[in-house]
Amino acid sequence: MNNCNYACGTADHTVNRRLFLGGAAAGLAGFAGMTTPAAARELKSAQKRMLVIFLSGGVSQLETWDPKPNTDTGGPFRAIPTSVPGIHISELLPEAAKRMHLLTLVRGINTKEDEHGRGATIMLTGRRTEPGLVYPHVGAVAAKLLTDKDAELPGHIQITPRGGGGFNKEDAAFLGPKFASVTLGDGKPPADLLRPAAITTDAEREAFRKKLNDRFAKSRRSAQTEAYTESYEQAAKVVSRADAFDASREDPKAADRYGRHDFGRHMLLARRLLEQGVTFVKVSHTNYDTHHENFDFHIEQLGEFDRPFAMLLDDLKERGLLESTLVVVMSEFGRTPRINDRYGRDHWSKAWSVAMAGCGLKAGAVVGKTNANGTAVTDREVNGGHLFHTYFRALGMDPTKNFYPAGRPVPIADPKAAAIHEILS
Amino acid sequence: MAIEIAKTRLLMDLKHGRPLVGCRFDPSGRYLFASSEDDTIVRFDLLTREKVALVGHSSWVRGMAFVSKPTLVPAASIPALAVHGGLGAVRMPEPFTLLSGDYHGNLLWWHGTEAAPKPFRTVAAHAGWIRAVAVSPDRSTVATCGNDQLVKLWSAADGRPLATLEGHTSHVYNVAFHPSGTRLVSADLKGNIKDWDLSSGKPVRELDAKVFHKYDSGFWADIGGIRGIAFNSAGTQLACIGITNVSNAFAGVGNPLVVLFDWAEGKPKLLKPKDAFQGTGWGVNFLTDGTIVGAGGGGQGRIWFWNPADAANTHTVTVPTNARDMTLHPDGTALAIAGANGTCLVYSMTQAPAATPKK
Repeated sequence: MNNCNYACGTADHTVNRRLFLGGAAAGLAGFAGMTTPAAARELKSAQKRMLVIFLSGGVSQLETWDPKPNTDTGGPFRAIPTSVPGIHISELLPEAAKRMHLLTLVRGINTKEDEHGRGATIMLTGRRTEPGLVYPHVGAVAAKLLTDKDAELPGHIQITPRGGGGFNKEDAAFLGPKFASVTLGDGKPPADLLRPAAITTDAEREAFRKKLNDRFAKSRRSAQTEAYTESYEQAAKVVSRADAFDASREDPKAADRYGRHDFGRHMLLARRLLEQGVTFVKVSHTNYDTHHENFDFHIEQLGEFDRPFAMLLDDLKERGLLESTLVVVMSEFGRTPRINDRYGRDHWSKAWSVAMAGCGLKAGAVVGKTNANGTAVTDREVNGGHLFHTYFRALGMDPTKNFYPAGRPVPIADPKAAAIHEILS
Repeated sequence: MAIEIAKTRLLMDLKHGRPLVGCRFDPSGRYLFASSEDDTIVRFDLLTREKVALVGHSSWVRGMAFVSKPTLVPAASIPALAVHGGLGAVRMPEPFTLLSGDYHGNLLWWHGTEAAPKPFRTVAAHAGWIRAVAVSPDRSTVATCGNDQLVKLWSAADGRPLATLEGHTSHVYNVAFHPSGTRLVSADLKGNIKDWDLSSGKPVRELDAKVFHKYDSGFWADIGGIRGIAFNSAGTQLACIGITNVSNAFAGVGNPLVVLFDWAEGKPKLLKPKDAFQGTGWGVNFLTDGTIVGAGGGGQGRIWFWNPADAANTHTVTVPTNARDMTLHPDGTALAIAGANGTCLVYSMTQAPAATPKK
């Protein structure tokens, strides 16, 4: 089995709120020179959001969106009809099948990368790993382009299965730490978010703090002090909105619908964050790296995934949010059509699938096709670049525009690819 | 012929084009039925080497069992016995019924000796996979189990549902009747073995085989299950096989293990391969001399033999493919494994016959 590049969850990746604020402050300075105000205004007015559900380890396309039953690669599961006549998906996704009319399937993905870390990079940045330049993750790009300057909550949040929070400045790359993700490990709020009970919040004390701060700024004002002041104020906003991170405030009936397990809770939190105005949320569900007994493990993992995913689609639809929220279910890659001698499937990037929904994508549609036993793409082959273009077109942005880190133009999406126009409205 | 496990040798290899999932000798010993990833069951005729595909399932078959008359077990006294390499098989088997359960939850009945068997009855038995099928010693009752966490009893004669035994809280991997016919055991993913009193349909005790189960916190998934199960003929011992010591569920890194229960007291004894083999045990059985035989595989396959008094096995046979199932020939001197490479390998556990001198 190849080594996996999963988040290690060590203390090295964990910072508390104070460190987060420090990073954000640094980001403010870095961000200032890279804004594209016209584009930002364009997007802010549309109030678009994005949710990525990342099935870590590489979910099998044959056990999800592109089943090949009764072939030499098909495995033991059925393909079941969906709410869209003619479209079948795996029997392991019965709830998703009932929502096929909300979904868009891309079945012709060939990312040509079978290693976990590099595969994830392609899917999250829309580009292959390049020496000398690190591209920002889709969440950072979305946060930069879509998040209102006065937003009270971070624009880029990821919910991971394991505990421990953190601030991941590396995933924003040249966009700066302001757009980096904040990790809510196991869906828990950022460290030190809640004010200790012993510390009061009386107005007199706050006024005194401001007075001292202003006096210091008058004599030693600098970009750095401005950044720290702004970051403090941003942090104060986050603290004032601490309830946004608390999924336990949701109706217990909703928790029942989503499922009383970690992923159900994480998906409910994702809905809450999106509703509260967070631009980009990524929820990771682990693990699908099934080199051994692929079928048993996909029963277990997809059995947990299916219902919360369906419930979130329902809720977004019911609340009128699906029109403005792009939902993407992705992995690093798919899994081999060939079943190995331990009933496993290995890494396979040559022909696999992604499911999307919302934000004006053509619902109930399938684009791309694989051959009879799923070993190759036979129609409308696309890669991570095409997907990245498609995301931002759906979000109302022009992904051919540039960022300008250090004055150098860098296209938002890979210029060698283009959006999958067939599924854009 | 006397069993000499140290003399275990490959008797024949029976090739199919697709990876195999399960295998069972029929009660006459003439046929070997092997299920495949192509959804068929292949019937190998051990005397003629004829291969017949049983087509009717639409998914993989793991569970197979037979309903037959009790006189079919070949013995040296049967005049119609044919012998191949020391392995006895009845030339003209009495008709028997094959029952097979698939991963779509369907239980199919076949006339096993017909030239081209077709399923004559299909029962939608379980929601999801059927993982095992067993027939009671009096041949009246069929037991099935599966991923719906249920054990079900059926009339062997007409397929009527007789009872549903509820209580497992995870996939039920295996089921076996006690030789007395009064009790049934069912074993699940988490290593819980329920001992059911068939007269009341109630569980009377649980045997602990949790050593087979692990929740792998690295991959957030359960691995375990009793992959093979068997009583000895006297009903004094119950053997279970699976995987233990799992350090990486998604790569299958763990060790095969047999848990041998003293049936009266329910006390377990762990029987381990002495070669620290990494993989899963998929089949277990008792030889007539009390030896316990297990088979399984990882990168390749193994057959292990244990003296019940010893914790480590006494003899090991290397198999050139992952052994996904094992069946014991009714004459007691041979076994077969279902290979992931699409081949059924039949091994004799007897001394090879002396070569015939050339005239």
